[in-house]
Amino acid sequence: MSDAMQALIEIVGERGVSNNPEELWFYGRDPGVLEAHRPEYVVAPRTTEEVRKIVQLANREKIPLVPMGNGMSLTGLVIPLKGGIVLDMKRMNKIVEVNAMARYAVVEGGTSQGVLKAHLERHYPNLRHSLPDAPPTTTIAANVALHGQGRLTNQYGFNSDMVTGMEIVLPTGEVCRIGSPALGPYWFSKGPTLPDLSGLFLGWLGTTGIITKLGLKLYPKKKYRDVELFVTDRVELVPDILYRLTHLEMLEDVNVWFQPKPLLFADNFHVTIYFTGDTEEEIEFKRRMIWNALQLHMDSKDGGFMSVQYMKGMLLQMPQRSIADFADVPRGGGFEYSGPITIIEHFPQYAAKVVELAAKYNVLYASSARLISGGHCMMFSISFAFNRSDPAMMQRVKHALDEAAAFSLEMGGVPWKPNFMEQKLTMERLDPQALRLMQMIKKNLDPNGIMNPGNWEVNS
Amino acid sequence: MNYVRSIKHADIVHRCFRCGYCKFPEDYSDFNCPSYKAFGWDTFSPGGRMWLIRAWLSGELPTSERFTKILYSCVACNNCKDQCVFPKFKDFLPDIFLETKAELVNEGRVPPEVRDYFKAMATSGNPYKLPQPERGKWAEGTGLPEFDGQEYLFYVGCVGSYDEVGRKMARSVGRALMDAGVSVGILGSEETCDGNEVRILGEMGLFAELAGKTIARFSERMVKKIITLDPHALNAFKNEYPELGWEFKAFHYTEVLARLVREKKIAFREYPAKVTYHDPCYLGRHNGIYGPPREILKAVPDLDLVEMDRSGPNAFCCGGGGGNFFTDILGTGEDSAARVRLREALQTGAGVVAVACPNCAKMLTDAVKTEELEDEIKVLGIAELLTHL
Repeated sequence: MSDAMQALIEIVGERGVSNNPEELWFYGRDPGVLEAHRPEYVVAPRTTEEVRKIVQLANREKIPLVPMGNGMSLTGLVIPLKGGIVLDMKRMNKIVEVNAMARYAVVEGGTSQGVLKAHLERHYPNLRHSLPDAPPTTTIAANVALHGQGRLTNQYGFNSDMVTGMEIVLPTGEVCRIGSPALGPYWFSKGPTLPDLSGLFLGWLGTTGIITKLGLKLYPKKKYRDVELFVTDRVELVPDILYRLTHLEMLEDVNVWFQPKPLLFADNFHVTIYFTGDTEEEIEFKRRMIWNALQLHMDSKDGGFMSVQYMKGMLLQMPQRSIADFADVPRGGGFEYSGPITIIEHFPQYAAKVVELAAKYNVLYASSARLISGGHCMMFSISFAFNRSDPAMMQRVKHALDEAAAFSLEMGGVPWKPNFMEQKLTMERLDPQALRLMQMIKKNLDPNGIMNPGNWEVNS
Repeated sequence: MNYVRSIKHADIVHRCFRCGYCKFPEDYSDFNCPSYKAFGWDTFSPGGRMWLIRAWLSGELPTSERFTKILYSCVACNNCKDQCVFPKFKDFLPDIFLETKAELVNEGRVPPEVRDYFKAMATSGNPYKLPQPERGKWAEGTGLPEFDGQEYLFYVGCVGSYDEVGRKMARSVGRALMDAGVSVGILGSEETCDGNEVRILGEMGLFAELAGKTIARFSERMVKKIITLDPHALNAFKNEYPELGWEFKAFHYTEVLARLVREKKIAFREYPAKVTYHDPCYLGRHNGIYGPPREILKAVPDLDLVEMDRSGPNAFCCGGGGGNFFTDILGTGEDSAARVRLREALQTGAGVVAVACPNCAKMLTDAVKTEELEDEIKVLGIAELLTHL
């Protein structure tokens, strides 16, 4: 047995560490199209103290360390590109506290979205968090670490904007609290009025530290929730539709999606509009406002509201279980998407690019955009499905995604959860002084470069 | 010559997205896959198994002790099948796990606990390695007659015949049936194993032999209708035996008792206690029987039936399915299924966990001891609640 293995067993016990071929094989890959890399160990801590000791060991021995939630970024962000330890955080899954009056929750670093949702529904039925449409096994900490979005992103911004405090194990092994919990027992602010240190960790994809606890804003859960579906075949009108809708300042969430299959949906752009209320009157008032906002496009016969009765249950589901279904359209078990953050004005160009890439690489597409912060920007997903038993198709999808990432950078977009190659492309275009600042941060926080190496390698 | 691995549904295995919906119940409140809950590695989840099976079929991963443990830690609770979000292949998940275990049996590479179980079954006809004549001892003193053309055969299975907790349950059901005037008989020492666990552990040849013997015994005794004590046996009789040419009707005892409740043929007395009911996987998820056990409990005067957080189609397994009752691959650690389930029962404030399966009864009874909760909660079969009155 290696010294490192022995040391890891001493920290987490035999049930908390594995170097069996089965775990090394599984934890070396994700469901996307990127190549697998085998770790040397997979470790599953249960406490912050265990994480601290593991990090100290890794830093001392210069062993790469990759923190992992459920591994569903699809862009290889938890593939151990340089081997080392994959740290499966999912055994740290306690909900530490819910402060109902201050509307925040404190969760451990491996707590899943589904467990928090169920906990709130059962114990705090008037509260909710911004649930992404990713599978419920995905973790809250991983979601904010990559600037994920959720159902309340249109109203309140990126899910990472909703963080209210953090406990971080730094790459050198110190445990550090960020925001109001750095001063006292309350987790109501990640930064203000202090310097906001959360930016040293959010968006860094696990390359600057490990989130072991997280405060998260909760929001009022209204009694009623409803949905309308506006459909147009004129892509150039989509930005205006979105602009008019966001002017209302009363919508929970707005998604725009288009896909070639099933045929019912082909050649149309579907704007799904979610809204909530505490009374039926409020719901009907909002419905009227939504219809009024788009009356112009109905009068010109450029679009209309589609009956949603037969798919209302599916549309209102949180998370939307049918989204994963896309992976099986080519009977194949996989899809991956590039999801640049961009301005809504560019919707038509991105939409055209999706169709162009799908035709060029002979792959199946689906696309869904989600508004962020009332329309200041949107996440535009360029998704391609593949058959996992068809390596050639996977390669075509990879090329299509590479081209999509390059396109979004040319368009002035910002890649979301970029894979390591997209990170390189991004850094090549980045303002040199911004890159230098990132280098300074990375060098000082992680002097031995152990954290998720291969990602955000600003110093290479 | 290299051994070429193959399973019937090999063309589906790559379609798993490993999204993890299969780990949860419908409301996502906790992990609902017993082996994932117990071991905590993604490899021990249904998605993990699917991905490993693919690598194993392609030869990328060899057969190993770990691989067999991962496969045999599945308790066949069917939660993954119900929660998987891929409608086109979700129904085949349990088949894929079973076919892989059958292939491991063909390779001769099963965990020692599984091997020992098969040996006992092959040599003794029961997992306890006890003589066949002892099979009928559970019924001594009950007055249950030998089957001789009665309307129903009461079939108790191996656990009901040999295990002390199972025997107690069998006796209480037998008494309840007789008290209600049901025309019923037993095979006693002539009863043979239904083979459900042998099958789910992948020994298809031995299953065929056991099932063949059982069918022959039923046929020679002219059995037309069966009441089973054990939902595992019910599952074999209803879902597997028809493929072998069986033509009898099988009911779980709770279905029969619930009918007797409706017909007012059961004399109740008060049972002033808070009781929670644990759904057995082979009764619930495998056979869709959720109502009858509750119907019986609700009919008991003063009995306060409370549900656990996870119940009905979302119930958490006790860990006794998939042969784990005999092989104990999940172990008895803090996160083992039976202990987790018992703590969940305790949270309801109930003083009694009512069960409808002898395997569940034994698993949860052992958990009461391990958790040192003897003074707070007890495990009783549904009929025991009636016959204790």
